[in-house]
Amino acid sequence: MTNKRGIGALTEPIIEGLIRICGISAILFVIGIFFFVFREGSGFLFTKLNLWEFLTSAEWYPDSPSNKRYGVLALIAGTASVTILAMMIAVPFGLGAAIFISEFCGQRLKETFKIVIELLAAIPSVVWGFIGLTVMNPLIIELFNAPIGLTVLNGGIILALMSVPIIVSIGEDALKAVPDSYREAALALGTTRWQMVYRVLLPAAKNGLLAAALLGIGRAVGETIAVLMATGHAVNIPTSVLDSVRTLTATIAAELGEAPVGSDHYQVLFIIGILLFTITFIVNLTADLIVKGIKGK
Amino acid sequence: MLKNFRINSLAIVAGATLLFQTGCSKKSGDNGSAGEKMSIQNQGSDTMVNLAQAWAETYSEMDSSVSVEVSGGGSGTGIAALINGTVDVANSSRKLEEGERAKATQNTGKEPQEYMVGYDALAIFVHKDNSLEEITIEQLAGIYGEGSTVTKWSQLGVKNAACTNDEIIRVSRQNNSGTYHYFREAVLGKGHDFKLGSVDMNGSKDVVELVSNTPCAIGYSGMGYATRQVKMLRVAKKKGDPAYAPSIETTLDHTYPISRPLYMYTLGEPSEHLKKYLDWIHSDAGQQIVKESGYVPLPKNGEMSSGTPAKE
Repeated sequence: MTNKRGIGALTEPIIEGLIRICGISAILFVIGIFFFVFREGSGFLFTKLNLWEFLTSAEWYPDSPSNKRYGVLALIAGTASVTILAMMIAVPFGLGAAIFISEFCGQRLKETFKIVIELLAAIPSVVWGFIGLTVMNPLIIELFNAPIGLTVLNGGIILALMSVPIIVSIGEDALKAVPDSYREAALALGTTRWQMVYRVLLPAAKNGLLAAALLGIGRAVGETIAVLMATGHAVNIPTSVLDSVRTLTATIAAELGEAPVGSDHYQVLFIIGILLFTITFIVNLTADLIVKGIKGK
Repeated sequence: MLKNFRINSLAIVAGATLLFQTGCSKKSGDNGSAGEKMSIQNQGSDTMVNLAQAWAETYSEMDSSVSVEVSGGGSGTGIAALINGTVDVANSSRKLEEGERAKATQNTGKEPQEYMVGYDALAIFVHKDNSLEEITIEQLAGIYGEGSTVTKWSQLGVKNAACTNDEIIRVSRQNNSGTYHYFREAVLGKGHDFKLGSVDMNGSKDVVELVSNTPCAIGYSGMGYATRQVKMLRVAKKKGDPAYAPSIETTLDHTYPISRPLYMYTLGEPSEHLKKYLDWIHSDAGQQIVKESGYVPLPKNGEMSSGTPAKE
C-alpha cells in the first residue's frame, strides 16, 4: 500500500514534466526551424538581395554563367495556380464526400468508403507524380489537343486527389461532432434530409469544415515531388491551365542538392523557404481569425 | 523497485552507447583493416549512373572485398558532395570548374584528381512520328537559347503532323545536371543562358520517356538512353555542313559535334583499393562495359589520363 503510493508520488511529477516537455517542444521545434532557415538565408536577404525585384521579376537564372538573376514571381504564380486549381476540385469533392459518408450512406458502405479513402491517403507522393508523368500526360495531350500534358491541370488534379482524403476525414469528423439532437430537431420540423444538411449541419460544423479545407491547402502548398513531376518544372507564368509551371517547393528540392553550401544560390533557396513559411503562416493566421470571427458572432 | 528501475535505465544507456560506438567504428572502417569489406562511395552524374552501376556490379563479382555504392543525382550533386568531402569518387559529365576545384581543396585539404573514363555523345531526341531528320547547332541554339525566336516546328521547315498545334516543347534538364551545363556551353555558347519555360526533367531517362510520348517535344540526353519510341537526329555544325548521327565512330573522330568526355574525380591520391578500381575501369574489361552500356570507350592508343588534365 505505502509502496504503491510512494511510486505514485514519484512518477506523477515525472510524467507531468514529460508531458510538459512534449508540449513546449512543439513550440521549440517551430521556432528552431524558423531560426535555422532564417539564419541560412539572412546573409543574402539583408545584403545583396533586392527584395522588390526578387518578388516581382519572373527571371529565375540562379546559375547563369554571365548574369545571375533571382526572381521568383513565376514560381509563386506556379504554386498559386496549382494550389487554387487543386482546391477548386478538392474542396467541393471532399466536402461532398464527407457529407455523403456522414449523412447519407448506410453503415456498411460507410466502412468501405472510409477504408478506400484511407488507402488513397496512403499512396506515396512519388507514386502520384509517376501517375502524372506517365498516365495523365498522354491523356491530357489526347483530350485537350495540348502540346504537352505536364501542366497546371495535371498537377492540380494530382494534388486534388492527394488532398481529398484529408478533407474527407477531417470534414467527416466535424460533421460527426454535431450532436444528433440537431438532426432530430430539424427532421421533426419537417425538413428534408438535404435541407437539414444545408441549413443546420453545415452552419453548425462550419469551423471544422473550414479547418478541413485549410489543411487541404496546406498539403497542396507544401507538396513537392508529385508536383515537380506532374507540372513540367518549367519557369513560366501560366496563362491557361494547359501551361507548364514550376512551384516554389519543387525548385528547392531540385536545386538544393547542387548549390554549394553558403553560396548565393544556396541562400536564395533558403529565402524561398522563408517565403513558403510566411505563406503558410498567413494562411493559418487567416484561418484562425476567420474561426475566431465566426465564434465571436 | 526503484533500484531496479535505475539499474535498468543504466543498462539501456550503456547499451545505446555501445550501439552508437559500433555504428561509428563501422563507418570509419572504410580505409580500415584487412578482411573487412571496403566500400567506395560513388555519386554524381545521372548520365553516367547506368555505367557506374555496371562497373560496380562487375567489379564486385571479381573482387568481393570491395563494394562500390553508386548513386546518381546529377554531376553538380556529385561535385557538391566532393567539395563537402562526403564521397570517395564523384562522377561528372562536365569538367570541374576552377572555383569548384579551389573550394574542394580549401574544404578538404586535398586537391581533386581527374580521371577521364569514356565519352558520351549527346543525342538530340524527337518523337518517332516527327519528320525532322537533322538539325544544326544554330537551330538548336535558336530553339533553346535566351532571347531566341524559334517556337514552331514550321519555322524549322518541317511539318510535324502528330503535333497539331505546331508548338515546340523544349525538354531540358534541371541545373544540377552536367548535361545541362555541357549543352549550355557547347550549343548555346559560352556566357549564354537557356530560355525560361523549358520543361526541366530530373534525369536523362525521364527526358527520353517524356519525348517518347509527347509528339511536340524535343530533348537532349546521352545516346545510351535512346529507345525505339524516339528518333535520334543527325546533327550538323552549321547550315550546309554534313550532318552526322551519334555513334562511337563519329564521336571518336569528332565529326559528331556534341560529344563530351566523362570524368571521375577523387580527393587527393586515391587509396590503394580505390586506385585498383580506377585502373580496372581504364583496362580493356572496364572499357568493354563502357561500350556495352551505350557510351563511347576511350581510344585504344589514347593516354590513360590519371591526375593530369585530360584532353578535350
